[in-house]
Amino acid sequence: MSPGRGLRSSLGILALILGLLAPAGAAAVLPDEVLDDPVLENRARALSRLIRCLVCQNESIDTSNADLARELRILVRERLTDGDSDAEVFDFLVARYGDFVLLRPRMKPANYLLWFGPAALLLFGAAGVTLYFRRRRPSAVDGLSAEEEARVARLIGQDPDAE
Amino acid sequence: MIPEIGHFALILALLVALAQGTVPMLGAARGRADWMALAGPTAVLQLVLMLTAFLALMQAYVVSDFTVLNVAQNSHTSKPLIYKISGVWGNHEGSMLLWILILALFGAAVALFGGNLPATLKARVLAVQAWIAIGFLLFTILTSNPFERLLPAPENGGDLNPLLQDPGLAFHPPMLYTGYVGFSIAFSFAIAALIEGKVDAAWARWVRPWTLVAWCFLTAGIALGSWWAYYELGWGGWWFWDPVENVSFMPWLMGTALLHTAVVVEKRDALKVWTILLAILTFSLSLIGTFIVRSGLLTSVHAFANDPERGLFILLLLCLTIGGSLALFAVRAPALKSGGLFHPISREGALVLNNLLLATACATVFLGTLYPLFLEALGGDKVSVGAPYFNATFLPIMAPLVVAMAIGPLLPWKRADLPGALGRLKVAALLTLLAALMAVYLQRGGPLVAWLGMALAAWLFAGALTEWAGRIKLFRAPLSESWRRAGRLPRSAYGMTLAHAGLAVVIAGITASAAWQGEVVRIMKPGDIAELGGYSYRLEGVETHRGPNYTSDTASFTVLRDGREVTVLTPEKRIYDVQRRQTTEAAIHSTGLADLYAVIGDADGRGGWTVRIYHEPLVPWIWAGALIMVAGGAVSLSDRRLRVGAPTRRRKTAAAPA
Amino acid sequence: MTRRALYLLPLLLFALVAGYFLWGLASDRNPNLVPSALIDKPAPAFDLPPLDGLGRPGLATADLQNGGVALVNFFASWCLPCRAEHPLLMDLAESGVVRVLGIDFRDSPEDARRWLGQSGNPYERIGVDERGRTSIDFGVSGVPETFVIDREGRIRYQHIGPLMARDIEDKILPLIESLSE
Repeated sequence: MSPGRGLRSSLGILALILGLLAPAGAAAVLPDEVLDDPVLENRARALSRLIRCLVCQNESIDTSNADLARELRILVRERLTDGDSDAEVFDFLVARYGDFVLLRPRMKPANYLLWFGPAALLLFGAAGVTLYFRRRRPSAVDGLSAEEEARVARLIGQDPDAE
Repeated sequence: MIPEIGHFALILALLVALAQGTVPMLGAARGRADWMALAGPTAVLQLVLMLTAFLALMQAYVVSDFTVLNVAQNSHTSKPLIYKISGVWGNHEGSMLLWILILALFGAAVALFGGNLPATLKARVLAVQAWIAIGFLLFTILTSNPFERLLPAPENGGDLNPLLQDPGLAFHPPMLYTGYVGFSIAFSFAIAALIEGKVDAAWARWVRPWTLVAWCFLTAGIALGSWWAYYELGWGGWWFWDPVENVSFMPWLMGTALLHTAVVVEKRDALKVWTILLAILTFSLSLIGTFIVRSGLLTSVHAFANDPERGLFILLLLCLTIGGSLALFAVRAPALKSGGLFHPISREGALVLNNLLLATACATVFLGTLYPLFLEALGGDKVSVGAPYFNATFLPIMAPLVVAMAIGPLLPWKRADLPGALGRLKVAALLTLLAALMAVYLQRGGPLVAWLGMALAAWLFAGALTEWAGRIKLFRAPLSESWRRAGRLPRSAYGMTLAHAGLAVVIAGITASAAWQGEVVRIMKPGDIAELGGYSYRLEGVETHRGPNYTSDTASFTVLRDGREVTVLTPEKRIYDVQRRQTTEAAIHSTGLADLYAVIGDADGRGGWTVRIYHEPLVPWIWAGALIMVAGGAVSLSDRRLRVGAPTRRRKTAAAPA
Repeated sequence: MTRRALYLLPLLLFALVAGYFLWGLASDRNPNLVPSALIDKPAPAFDLPPLDGLGRPGLATADLQNGGVALVNFFASWCLPCRAEHPLLMDLAESGVVRVLGIDFRDSPEDARRWLGQSGNPYERIGVDERGRTSIDFGVSGVPETFVIDREGRIRYQHIGPLMARDIEDKILPLIESLSE
């Protein structure tokens, strides 16, 4: 696997894991949809959380009561039972509805800004902070030299009101 | 008659705001004390007028006056009284009225309680408040007037969306608005400071209480909205990274950052430029949020008025307010004198890290929320950026922040000994390890990162307590002395401990609910038993009831544990008469460690019902933790040093006590 | 003077964001519409049964590949906007400028038959898609939606929502004309 693809797949796995940390409630799966094979059913649920309900406002098909959502849930389960991989299920839906149907945007050039943006922002911010510290004179917080101490003593001796 | 009074009051409020926005500002520029003195009375008058307008609209709702268009569209005679009242802000026009009312409320509060503010600062702050009010009053009067008449009046109204007919939702908007409209004060202070050309410890000391108030309400408002979604939407979810949720979350993130840097400005006279920018950005995000919710730009569960014309007006307001303030910033901020120096490893340094991470987190949420729009504008396809993206990007930024939160408070100002501080956290580290191990042991099919979440929660909680214990010399001095020290600790110290500990509790709740939620979906007949999480749920039966404006199918579940009855759950499925909409009312029983959550679905026609039962471990901790955070903020607010003895600007040598 | 420029950065970023907001408001976009991904691609493979009792045959992919430019209209008897656009479809059918084909989306055949019997039937052929699978294959998310299919059976245009006279005049008829040459 080329480095780029390796990175992408590790990021993908990380994203999948972190994505699954989301509050995982499912409203809408009905008893008659549930597959007998628990492994497949878990896969179906995981995939459903990543597929957008197209007639709802910002819901996944896992949590939506809409008819289309139910139909898509059944479709996902059918394809999984037929032996499709996760990627193939996604491809099937994207071929029909476009990338819009995926709740986790794909890693492709158009979305690089989206996926790498946060890290880039963090680096940019960190660089800014570093520059801020560099511009300050470090000696002032590292303690006074002997002659500076003497100077302070003289000043204090001279002007009792000053700090 | 009364709606006309309300309408008139609204217009008068605009005129008063015009006066409030011009005369005091000119007075401050010219040193005219009498002109500046106008600021306070006009602010209070504006509040009185806005209150009049608001109460007039409320009266129209309470008596179901359907000659008022707004009432006819959104209310109904059969609604219970409390929802007639909360219906006032359950629509676009009425909520705008609430928005401006709260703006006026904060202005009047500064006028009445800002007694020790110098006259020039007070005048400028209230003038800027008035400018914001002018913009939104114009918007409301010209495009979203709630007092428009509808003649002839219909027999009855369109009713409030049944989802909104709920006690939790009655309080959610007022709290939320008090939160993010409250940040307008920080904004006004920032603008006033830029105009004056001066930011000092005194300024920070004055800004902090107002920011704290706003922050407390915003935290409570967001938590309330989340809690409402949890029990109302029927599937145990409580945060969806929906655009409208995100736009309330972004001001919270920046507001939290602002609270922290304001401390640095006050104590160390540093980070002034950044703090001013934060104050501007926090309220700007509130304004952008108001725009996004009401312009129809993004799809959202919350979609309010979707009217491009109104959207354009608000966009214009945005450009004037945000653009104007950022332009002022670009011109005047370079002149602000920078103050105290500090070593990167110090409390200031930790707060800089805090801000860096919070700002990046906020920018990430911003990016994700608006990316679909940006991409579409550039001719790309439509993409969706949903919860999976935010969880993947937001959480890795917050994790280091939580780690730092335990260490930061242990660092002294100016220059700190990091290994020393870490050494004091040995016990905390041990507890963290224990929590992580426990999480791994309890691991039952949840994500691997559950242990990370529990570890972070334990780390933060133990760290907060370690800091407090250190301050009172617990176990290092006689208990009596520790007790004495504890009593004499400043309240803001307790505020911080509570707020940080509260967050730890929230994190524990979030992690547990994500990792170990259990679910059973079945068709059950009366007498059937379902098992989940150590509890047995026996369906006794389903009956039909009549409510005030709905019909409901109510199920009854007896919940048993080890054979003993724990509770009876009665979930409902309601159909509301007027809009014929269906809602599910989940039944929830909180055991303190978990929520037992039951939902009744449709009948299958053969005596069975679709039933969903959820076991939500530690979810109550999310709301409890949020409450603790708000309590922390309130305790901080009650610190006398924030009010009494707020520094008057004498000589530059006056240093704020640590 | 890069320091001064740095202070301008927030303002510039905001200007960028405001620009996008303006575009978002000013353009015709509807954030709720889901465009099909099948534009310029061949119509999906399907073979739908006819609606009994109306004397029209069913609809399959083969019908789209021979017979000239076609309009495929997804409709349902329970769909109110479908009733609103119905007269326009009748006019198009009568004009003979394009073949009007229908797919009955998630509907009871009984209700559909009754409705078309009452209001008139513009469709040369009707396929019954009770479960909505064919609609998913087309990238349809709701009704009504209308597709323009060229002579080779490729999808060339999708209209989401009820057809309006303006859309037909400005977009659909010109497209049909150019495809018929």
